[in-house]
Amino acid sequence: MSRPTPTRIVTGLWFAATVIILVLGFHQAIFVAPMEATMGNVQRIFYYHVPSATAGLIFPYVNLIGSLAFLYWRRRDPLKALAADALALAAAEVTIVFTSIGLVTGMLWGKPVWGIWWTWDERLTTYLLLWLIYVSYFVVRRLSSTGQTQTLAAILSIFAGIDVPIVYMSIRWWRTQHPSPVFFGGPDSGLDPSMRPAFFLNFAGWIMWGVFITAFRYALERRRQVAEQNAALHAIEASLEIPHQ
Amino acid sequence: MNYLGHVLNHLRKDLRLEWRSRDSINGMLFFSLLVVVVFSMAFDPTASASRQIAGGIVWVAILFAATTALNQSWTRELRNDVMDAQRLAPSPASALFLGKALANMIFVLAVEAILAPLFTIFYNLHAVGPGWLLALIMPLGTWALVVNGTFFAALGIRTRNRELLLPLVLFPISIPALLAMVQATTGVLTAELDSIQLYLWVKVLISYDIIFTTVCLLLFETVLHAE
Repeated sequence: MSRPTPTRIVTGLWFAATVIILVLGFHQAIFVAPMEATMGNVQRIFYYHVPSATAGLIFPYVNLIGSLAFLYWRRRDPLKALAADALALAAAEVTIVFTSIGLVTGMLWGKPVWGIWWTWDERLTTYLLLWLIYVSYFVVRRLSSTGQTQTLAAILSIFAGIDVPIVYMSIRWWRTQHPSPVFFGGPDSGLDPSMRPAFFLNFAGWIMWGVFITAFRYALERRRQVAEQNAALHAIEASLEIPHQ
Repeated sequence: MNYLGHVLNHLRKDLRLEWRSRDSINGMLFFSLLVVVVFSMAFDPTASASRQIAGGIVWVAILFAATTALNQSWTRELRNDVMDAQRLAPSPASALFLGKALANMIFVLAVEAILAPLFTIFYNLHAVGPGWLLALIMPLGTWALVVNGTFFAALGIRTRNRELLLPLVLFPISIPALLAMVQATTGVLTAELDSIQLYLWVKVLISYDIIFTTVCLLLFETVLHAE
């Protein structure tokens, strides 16, 4: 193991902090927080569903910013563009993971509480759309020819960024069934103080985990890019060494 | 030559090429007819509720038919290095896109002109609401599908499995437009929506069209020069 650099120290500390917060959050969510009056213990999934769903809405914007940065630097500074694309890719993968978890936990929560697995209101539909669009993002990345991959994926990311708010608004006009927001919904809403530690610990923990995984995936992708560049350089140099007759 | 001249040139070129082989239009027509028949088997058109679902079925049929045409709309640019010639040509890239999108629009509208009477016959439809509004809704909805479809078909020119990529990318992005066009069409056919809601869906369609046409025009140059 090489000498610990500042980056590694920070990464290690972040990871340790995340794990500690998640463990404390688990303890709070499952054992300490009181049982909810109407829903019972099923409500505890809320402490995992809301952070995952929120993370699933933050990381697409990281992807969008990375994609825009890629398109901006594409011709001006290719090395920076490459780093921006690595960030976009990492954020997209993390988006799909958190969105999938959000969808599944939502369904698991919905069936016992609402009696239905799914409904086509604006939040769920937009969320499903987000998931579908990012899956298509990966299909584009996989199927496109090398050299074009990053540009096409960046363009799709822009379309996704424009489309998702439009989906939200159009389906909102259509119908609404999701429970009203817990925090900003009005005088009766708001989280009971005894539930707050569980919620905030899990919220912070899962967002921190998302940041950690994104950074990890970003570093992995950067190493892959550097290895690819080195291999290309090696091939070019080898081709220059062909002896002349 | 001004921008409009370039667009018309590209449009004329595509129309002429299509007229010579008529592949796209014939394929689309027959495909739409088959879709109508299949849906008539799946959803009984004689039932009283058929008016409720007819709007959705029409647009799904048009969506599938348009996808088959859009997939091949760029293949004619692949032979003989035509794409390189397009990149070198002095016309702006967005003129190429607009010309092709308009050509695709004309093809799909031609298919709709045949499909709509067929639907009316098979489903015994007559619009209970303002039927003239359909003359506005059909082109708006078709443009929403065609403009994004032409763009994503161009996105997929050099991908392997090109035909699979277009629906995978197009359908999620088109969901708001699909919702608006189906709601508007059903509203006209069944007259169950009051006029405010109906015009709301038409406005959603118009805004979707404007937003995505602008985005596609702005980003097409990047796609053309993606390599």
